[in-house]
Amino acid sequence: MKRIQTIVIGAGQAGLAMSHCLSERGIAHVVIERGEVANSWRHERWDSLRLLTPNWQSRLPGFAYAGPDPDGFMSLPQVVRHLSDYARASRAPVEERTRVTSVTIDGGGYRVATDRGDWACRSLVIASGACNLASLPACAAGLPDGIAQFTALQYRGPAQLAAGGVLIVGASATGVQLAAEIRAAGHAVTLAAGEHVRMPRHYRGRDIQWWMDRAGIHDAGHDAVDDPERVRRLPSAQLAGTSERRFFDLNSLQDAGVEIVGRLSAIRDGQALFSGALANCCALSDQKMNRLLATLDEWAERAQPEGLQGIERFAPTRVPNPPRLTQDLTRGKFRTVIWATGFRPDHGWLHAPVFDRKGRLAHREGVVAPGLYALGLPFLRRRNSALIDGVGADAAHLADHIAGTRGRLAA
Amino acid sequence: MTFETKISGAPVDNGVDTASLIGARAAFEQAPEAASFTFRSSCDWITGTQNRNTLNGYFGLGQEHARKQTFTIASDHPEVFHAADTAPTPPEILLSALASCLTGGLAAVAQHRGIKLHAARAIVEGDIDVRGILGMDPDIRNGFSAIRVRFEISADASDAEIAALVAQSQKRSAVFDMLTNPTNVVVEVA
Repeated sequence: MKRIQTIVIGAGQAGLAMSHCLSERGIAHVVIERGEVANSWRHERWDSLRLLTPNWQSRLPGFAYAGPDPDGFMSLPQVVRHLSDYARASRAPVEERTRVTSVTIDGGGYRVATDRGDWACRSLVIASGACNLASLPACAAGLPDGIAQFTALQYRGPAQLAAGGVLIVGASATGVQLAAEIRAAGHAVTLAAGEHVRMPRHYRGRDIQWWMDRAGIHDAGHDAVDDPERVRRLPSAQLAGTSERRFFDLNSLQDAGVEIVGRLSAIRDGQALFSGALANCCALSDQKMNRLLATLDEWAERAQPEGLQGIERFAPTRVPNPPRLTQDLTRGKFRTVIWATGFRPDHGWLHAPVFDRKGRLAHREGVVAPGLYALGLPFLRRRNSALIDGVGADAAHLADHIAGTRGRLAA
Repeated sequence: MTFETKISGAPVDNGVDTASLIGARAAFEQAPEAASFTFRSSCDWITGTQNRNTLNGYFGLGQEHARKQTFTIASDHPEVFHAADTAPTPPEILLSALASCLTGGLAAVAQHRGIKLHAARAIVEGDIDVRGILGMDPDIRNGFSAIRVRFEISADASDAEIAALVAQSQKRSAVFDMLTNPTNVVVEVA
């Protein structure tokens, strides 16, 4: 069994940022990666996906985008290249093609079993991603045979789909992007939307991420909200990595011919039942967007950044009246269902009493237990904790913690 | 991304004990089983479409509770249905339950957000094609095809804040949820 002070699990942006911060602090470590650097970006996303954040906002500790298009949005191959360049630049000690099979508490540290041998370490950083598994609603089990179904992790592109109608469940960034792409490929598309986060790609002439960054919204920590757990549950904003279209919202999808229905509440006797609360979900989303814009306007009033265009407000979300409440799934309207109902991390290999009542990793700002840390989860410490641009600050913070205890567990 | 309304420290009294409700939230975090409540009503047939519900006991916080007072809700049908019209119809009672749930929620949310309500009224309408319950057309449902609620609210708040109260009261309403999402209903004979 090999011994090392610190082990990092996962060589995505979080693990690489942590590796960089540990190296800076002279802490011996290894990064264990089941596949290759940036593995999820290589193998577990749909083909057309681009980052929702502009290129300039892919800052990592000691590394930044230096290409010709700071306002562009990276394609997946470009993300893989960005992270591979980072791994090389920071000489990250990555053990590729090494899958962790179990982590157990071992005396004053942790034992990490892999398919290529076991390790012992004093401190362990879980940086294996927030989106390893697709979350499906319980009603998914009731889908009649004969309808093909894909999770967002299985979907690659419209070419996978049989001709005919597609029901997309979920209206986060994933659901709206897939709805637009599949509709453009000629399918009849119905999108089931529960609570969602409407947001313009650009506002007053600036990308929305410029606003979030400059107005300090991304940096907001736990003390700035009344319930961090609720913020963690929020679906991603309805954005896509392109500045060509202002909105990927329900209005733009309806303009493209997508039918909008309420949240898929149940499948009963072969019938899909959609919630009648669609109008309120849209009202909540419009209100939330307008509060965000008002917050940004207030910041601009104080900060007076140059070159801003005038204050804008957008038409409310159009709600079909009445919206469809039921659809007989045996009638052939939908040949395919795509579950864009969120993701969750996979910590199935972690054998320690560190989970909450709902099976989620319990942590306080990334500190799970003495010597055990998590990184890259939604709102770990700040709103942007799960973004490439936000993980670096968390990595530095936790690396300081590791350096401060030097693996001592008495702390 | 979310931008919540700040909880103001202003002394607002809509008659809602928000401090206790927030305390209950913390208690249920520790003991989630205590949050499981069962409510009940027993309905006795009188004659024709006349009947009367009696409501008292309920289960919650891990034990049975008896109220100081027993409540009754009577129901009947109007004369155009050849009934005695001694009480509202069940669908009307459902409309009133929705209005009560949203209005109570409105006051609680307003209190939580430091907004003083001066007056609030919910006017509820439900559209029903009675050919459904008469079994005349399988394409017509028995129940309401649409329900509309119109709130008239006077409060120390902007129009946007009032709209946000109304939206939040729907988001957290038990009756709104049961009307907009299916509920498994089991009926059996004792």
